Amino acid sequence: MHLVLRKLPWLIGTLLAVSFFTFLLVSLLPGDPAVMILGAGGVSPEAVAALRAELGLDRPLLVRYFDWLGSALTGDFGRSPMTGQSVMDAILSRLPVTIQLGVMAIIIALLLAVPLAMLSAYHAGSRLDRAISGLGFALMSIPSFMMAIFLILILAVSMNLFPATGWVPFSVSPAANLRSAALPALSLAMIELALYMRLLRTDLISTLQQDYITLARAKGVPNWQIMLRHALRPSSFSLMTVVGLQLGGVISGAIIIEEIFALPGVGRLLYQSILQRDLLMVQGIVLFIATAYVVVNFLVDLSYSLLDPRVRHAD
Amino acid sequence: MPIESGNRRRTPAEPLPVRRKTSYGSAGRASRALSFSVAVRQVFGSGFGTGFWLAAGWLLLVAACALFATVLPVRDPLDPVIVNRLNAPFTTNWLGADGLGRDMLSRLVHGARVSVVISLTAVSIGMLIGGSLGILAGYFRGRFERALMAVLDVILAFPWLVLLLALVAFIGQSLMAISLAIGLLWIPAYARVARANTLSVVQREYVLAARAMGASTLRILLREVLPNVILPVLAYGLVAMGLVVIVESALAFLGLSVEAPQPTWGGMIAEGKRHLAVAPHVALVPSITMFLTVLSLNYVGDRLRSRFEVKESNL
Repeated sequence: MHLVLRKLPWLIGTLLAVSFFTFLLVSLLPGDPAVMILGAGGVSPEAVAALRAELGLDRPLLVRYFDWLGSALTGDFGRSPMTGQSVMDAILSRLPVTIQLGVMAIIIALLLAVPLAMLSAYHAGSRLDRAISGLGFALMSIPSFMMAIFLILILAVSMNLFPATGWVPFSVSPAANLRSAALPALSLAMIELALYMRLLRTDLISTLQQDYITLARAKGVPNWQIMLRHALRPSSFSLMTVVGLQLGGVISGAIIIEEIFALPGVGRLLYQSILQRDLLMVQGIVLFIATAYVVVNFLVDLSYSLLDPRVRHAD
Repeated sequence: MPIESGNRRRTPAEPLPVRRKTSYGSAGRASRALSFSVAVRQVFGSGFGTGFWLAAGWLLLVAACALFATVLPVRDPLDPVIVNRLNAPFTTNWLGADGLGRDMLSRLVHGARVSVVISLTAVSIGMLIGGSLGILAGYFRGRFERALMAVLDVILAFPWLVLLLALVAFIGQSLMAISLAIGLLWIPAYARVARANTLSVVQREYVLAARAMGASTLRILLREVLPNVILPVLAYGLVAMGLVVIVESALAFLGLSVEAPQPTWGGMIAEGKRHLAVAPHVALVPSITMFLTVLSLNYVGDRLRSRFEVKESNL
C-alpha cells in the first residue's frame, strides 16, 4: 500500500504535465475557432469578437488552462461548438466500442502469442522456431490498416464470412456484434501478436536455462507442466509491461481501424473532430486518452508487486 | 597530449571502435576490393546470408527509384488514361492501373520519393536532436537527466498517431512539415537509446583516463563518447526508418500526409480500398511494395543492431 502512496505524486505530476501539454498543443493550432464556427467569408469582426468573448478565448492562456482543467476534473470538458453536444457525453457514448475493440485485439493477440512463443522457445533453434520467428517478423512489417485490407479482401469479399464495414451494438445482437467486431479486432491484433511473441520467446528461453527448471526436469515433472507452471509465470513480467505500453499503439491503430470499418468509436470521433477543427472536442478526447494510458500503465506497474514477491519485498 | 584512440583495451562485450584506418597500399583495384570486403567483414562480421543481401538489394532498388523517379522510363504518374481504368497487372500497364487509369508502377516509383525522403529526414531529425539530448543526459546525469526523462515520459503518454495528427494540423502538410512532425515523434526513442549507451560508455576506463589527463568536457564528449555511441544509434536507424515508413503511410492513408496530386504509398492503398471488391490489385500492389520495404528495413536493421545493442534493461 505504501508503494501506491510513494508513486502517487509521480502519477499526479505526470497527469498535470500531460493536461498542460494537451491544452498547449490544441490552443496553438492555427485557425481561430470563432472564425471556424461562424464560417470564413463575410462575417463582421464584431461578431467574431463577440463569439471569442463568449467562448472565453480573449482571456490569457494560463487562465483558460486552469479554467479548463478545473471543469475537466469534475468531468466537464465543455460543449462542442459545432454540434452542441457535451464532449464528455460524446466520448462516453463511443467509449464502449473502442474498449471492446482494444480488449478483443489484446486477448486475440495474447491467445495466439503465448502458445506460439512457448512452442518456439521449447524448440529453440529448430526449424519450427525459425518459421514462427519469421512469421512474427513478417507480421511486424504489416501496419494494421494494411492488415485490414488483406483481411477484408480474404474474409469479407472472397469468402463472405464477416461484414466488411459497420457495427452492431452488443445490446442489439451479441452474435452480430462479435461478427462485426471480428475483422477490426483481428487487424489490430496481428502487429501486437508479433511484438508479444518475440518478447515472450526471448524471456522464456532465458528462464528455461534456470537451475530450478533443471531441477523440475530431474524430478520428472512433465514438460507441459514445466512450461506452464515453472517457466511461463516468471517470464510474463516484461510481456505485461509491453502490453501496457503498447496500449498507445493499439489506440493509434484504433483511430485508423475505426475509420476503415466505419465503427462509432472514440478514435473515429477524434479523427473527424480534427478534420472539422473542433478544438474543444479534440482537447477533451486527447486528454481522456492520455490520462487513461498513464493510469493503466501506473496500474500495470503496481501489479508487479502483486505478482512478483521479489518486487514486493524489494524495499 | 593527444589521446590515442587506437590503444585502448576493449572488453569483448564492447562495441567495435568506429574509426579504423584502412591502408589500400599501392596495389590495384582487386586488392582494394579485397581490403574493402575485409573491412566490411570486420565491422559486420561474416555470415549474413542471402536473406540479408536480398533485403539490402531491395532497399537499394527502392532508393534508386526514388532518386531517379523523374528520369526513369515510366509513364506520367498523374496522367489519367480512362480506358485503362482498373486494368489488371500485365495488361496495358505492368502493374495495372488505378481508379483513374493512372499507371501504378510509375505512381509507386514516384511514391517511393515521399517514403524515402520522409524516412531519411525524420530519422535524421530524431537522431540529431534526440541523440544529442540523450548523450548530454547520460553524461551530465543529475537534474538535467531527470527533467529530460520526465518531459519524454509526458510525450510518450500520447499515442503516436494522436500526437502526430495534432502536430500535422499545426505545421501543415508539406513534405518538410510531415518529416519534421514525424522526426519530433522520434526524439524520445533516440534520446533513450543514446542515453543508455552513453551511461555504459562513461564508465569505461578511457573516459576516466581522458578526464584524468585534463581533457575538456567537450573533447571527452566528441572524441570519447560520441564515436562509441553513434554506432548503436545508427544501427537503430534502419529499424526506425521502417517504422517511419509505416507512420507516414498511416498518415497518408487518412489523407493527412503530403497533399495530392503527389502520389504516396499510403494514399494509393487508401484509393485501392474503394475498389477492393472489383479490382483488388489497386490496393494490393502498393501494400506488397510497402510490406517488402518495411520487412527489408526491419531485417537489415535487426541484423546490424544485434551487433551493437546495449540493452536498456541491463542498466
